[in-house]
Amino acid sequence: MTPKRKQRLIIILALVFGSSLAIGLTLFALGENINLFYSASQIASGDAPKNTRMRFGGMVVKGSVERSTDSLEIAFKLSDGASQVKVVFTGILPDLFREEQGIMAEGRLDEQGVFQADEVLAKHDENYMPPEIAESMKKKAEAIQ
Amino acid sequence: MKVKFPRWFYQLASPKWFYDISGKLLPWLIVVTVLLMIVGLTWGLVFAPEDYQQGNSFRIIYIHVPSAILAQSCYMLMAVAGAVGLIWKIKMAHIIAKCAAPIGASIAVMALATGAIWGKPTWGAWWVWDARLTSMLILFFLYVGVIALSSAFENKASADKASAVLALVGLVNIPIIKYSVEWWNTLHQPATFKVTEKPAMPSEMWIPLLIMVLGFYCFLAVILMARARTETLQREKRADWAKTVIENY
Repeated sequence: MTPKRKQRLIIILALVFGSSLAIGLTLFALGENINLFYSASQIASGDAPKNTRMRFGGMVVKGSVERSTDSLEIAFKLSDGASQVKVVFTGILPDLFREEQGIMAEGRLDEQGVFQADEVLAKHDENYMPPEIAESMKKKAEAIQ
Repeated sequence: MKVKFPRWFYQLASPKWFYDISGKLLPWLIVVTVLLMIVGLTWGLVFAPEDYQQGNSFRIIYIHVPSAILAQSCYMLMAVAGAVGLIWKIKMAHIIAKCAAPIGASIAVMALATGAIWGKPTWGAWWVWDARLTSMLILFFLYVGVIALSSAFENKASADKASAVLALVGLVNIPIIKYSVEWWNTLHQPATFKVTEKPAMPSEMWIPLLIMVLGFYCFLAVILMARARTETLQREKRADWAKTVIENY
């Protein structure tokens, strides 16, 4: 490699590393703010702001879903494994909403520590499988229990 | 230190050689692309089993994942070609980089659009400002920036240089897209294909997906070659070989 080309190579490497470093530090400084939602533990420990618009994500706790009989109101608890927080929502839920499914709710945390959601989105994971396999896995899990 | 590459490697830099060899390769590549696409699409959209949670709407994965992978690969290709062009002053590298930009931009649009169409029935929203979706949108803007910059200069050499620099600066976005789902809480699910592990789905689901990814790569190669051939002729129109090609067309 001629000295001239070597010099250009070094300049380009410096450019790529420099810009990566700048962006990396910026993202590091923004840190938590890039998270799309707060977790149940963050809300339970008081890290999440009250009465401001925010998003809250977690797993729907099994057996916690309570539907109102005369309106679209629904209450359920979201958990991240450590803590649980109650969510109240009025409206139509996404098809994927079910117990032990990842959910993201958007709304406000009230003074009682209940999350008043006005939008509920369903999260799904990358474990795709045919219904028959899901069925047989469920049966196996039940047999073990 | 002196590294010696085979002869064909150096010949890649010659516009005439590229024009000749790509003309011979192109028909074969088109056949392979069409075959892979037909097999992948029918297998994925018709024969692959539906997902236990999402039902048939999961099938959009066979378009969405290949286009998302390709949009990033195409960007890396463009940036590396730009760097080669800057360091070794190779005309062909700049031609490739210039031709890759609009292709990459369209594929990025496809990834964003199919993602939105998939998001509505499964998540309940067309768009969410999470780290994965936002960094993908930035990738699209980077492509647009590269296209705009390369057409903003009268002088071809300055246009090539400026757009290569922008492409290289934007390269930092690629690992951000890749790891966004691991570094931050996102609504988007983690990666379907990982280098180190088997995909988390049965083979009758991921084999058609793999075929689609390969098909998309071949598709990129076809479109890129076709565009690069035209661009090469345009830039070399004063060379004797190019004049002969144009006269005999």
